[in-house]
Amino acid sequence: MAVTADRIAPAPALDVERVRRDFPILERTINGRPLVYLDSAASSQRPLPVLRAVERYETHCHSNVHRGVHALSQAATEAFEGARERVRRFINAQSRTEVIFVRGTTEGINLVAQSYARPRLGPGDEILITGLEHHANIVPWQMVRDQTGCTLKVAPINRRGEVELDGFLAMLSPRTRLVAIAHVSNALGTVLPVKRMTDAAHAHGAVVLVDGAQAIPHSAVDVRALGCDFYAFSGHKLYGPTGIGVLYGREELLAAMPPWQGGGDMILTVSFEKTTYNELPYKFEAGTPNISGAVGLAAAMDYVESLGLEAIAAHEQRLLALATGELERIPGIEIIGTAPHKAAVLSFTMAGVHPHDLGTILDSEGVAVRTGHHCAMPVMTFFEIPATARASFGCYNTEADVAALIAALSKAREVFA
Amino acid sequence: MDLKELYRDVILDHNRRPRNFGRIEPCDAHAEGHNPLCGDRLTLYVRLKDDRIEDIRFEGKGCAISTASASLMTEAVKGKDRGAFNELYGRIHSLLTQQDAVPDASLGKLAALSGVREFPARVKCASLCWHTLNAALERSAATVSTE
Repeated sequence: MAVTADRIAPAPALDVERVRRDFPILERTINGRPLVYLDSAASSQRPLPVLRAVERYETHCHSNVHRGVHALSQAATEAFEGARERVRRFINAQSRTEVIFVRGTTEGINLVAQSYARPRLGPGDEILITGLEHHANIVPWQMVRDQTGCTLKVAPINRRGEVELDGFLAMLSPRTRLVAIAHVSNALGTVLPVKRMTDAAHAHGAVVLVDGAQAIPHSAVDVRALGCDFYAFSGHKLYGPTGIGVLYGREELLAAMPPWQGGGDMILTVSFEKTTYNELPYKFEAGTPNISGAVGLAAAMDYVESLGLEAIAAHEQRLLALATGELERIPGIEIIGTAPHKAAVLSFTMAGVHPHDLGTILDSEGVAVRTGHHCAMPVMTFFEIPATARASFGCYNTEADVAALIAALSKAREVFA
Repeated sequence: MDLKELYRDVILDHNRRPRNFGRIEPCDAHAEGHNPLCGDRLTLYVRLKDDRIEDIRFEGKGCAISTASASLMTEAVKGKDRGAFNELYGRIHSLLTQQDAVPDASLGKLAALSGVREFPARVKCASLCWHTLNAALERSAATVSTE
């Protein structure tokens, strides 16, 4: 019977103990306690398959890409371009030419700001963002505003930490040239109705960029199903290395954009009079890229697909529900961000204890959470708080981690009794 | 690391009941301190007679360490002239950053801040108010000298 039941199960549950063995760092102790890592929204840890893929590349294949005819240069090029194809499949882009390797989400957004928006926008044009954006999806647009004289508008959010959809829709007009929105809020966990917002923006002729930094580890992302024009994300939030990320862009848009940075690899011919630019995607990849980072990112994508993105998401949602219920029972705790549809990010404050003190006390118990404004100062201003503590969950977290968090919070309450 | 070293009773008491909390209007010198890492903000108001701190108050939102440090500082520097403040400023800096610094008895309650150095991420919380006061006094001196 058990066998039959297993066979008809829709998504195999995550074997968390097995997953944990893939992450050597989880064996560390912090202040004499087992590490309880609840800061994956800032940066997730890397599993052995990612570490090994990077090591294998560095020890056997490394050279520069797209350069020499020698064996290692070809091996490096194959590894790097293989990683690009891996990314294409992961996000279901139409073509590998739509996958631009960048340092991370921030660089991807800046590329679109400077190469797409800056040459096209001027006075009277509008960029629309939302009130829950990370600084990386605010500041590049302020720079474009100051460079071009266009207007930057901000769609309102509500007390649950959701974008007010009516407010957002009402701010769209033929003047809206570009809409830049988070897929998931890093400070609040809110999942935005990106598909609906994209469709509405397109109806007004606007181009849509989605900041996918927080969404990519928590759900399968299909850029063609979302219909967005640009999608940016970072490798290190997806169990991959730091310093590597992806900008997806629709080929038609990318082809019409000028290069962002000049240098090697992004050219076909150079003379002192004239340079002809390389084709996509190389036009946007000046200089030697982060080859081992791309290899590590591809391995991370293999890894999460081997676990199953749905299984990871279901596991994280169970932990989120458990932790939310436990926190709600503690007097003085207020959860910031209470949207019904959230990713596994839990921001909160404790009355009488500043988040920074909470962070230190939790750390003394081995519990790593992020404290501060989470690079979303306008969100803190909206909720009239200086900072929050934020616990975030990944594929390796357990019910025991939630229990450790709750116990450490009682300790904080004791210290500040 | 021992939490009790950081959150000593004196620190917890000054966090719960900060001394000299509020504004002085008008004042002779004021300065805002900001710790962008944690979002802590602090404003100091100083009344001077010649270069002596006659009165000092502070306002702001911060963690226990930054609030207690500001509260303790206002008590300690009242009545001090610029030279005496500079000397204390130097000693506090050593106390917060040097592992072997021994708090001497003359520091009084300020010695409670010595636990912070075991927590490098928190040293900025404790030093924010001291840097802010130093800036306020320097600016006031600069204003005087240009007149």
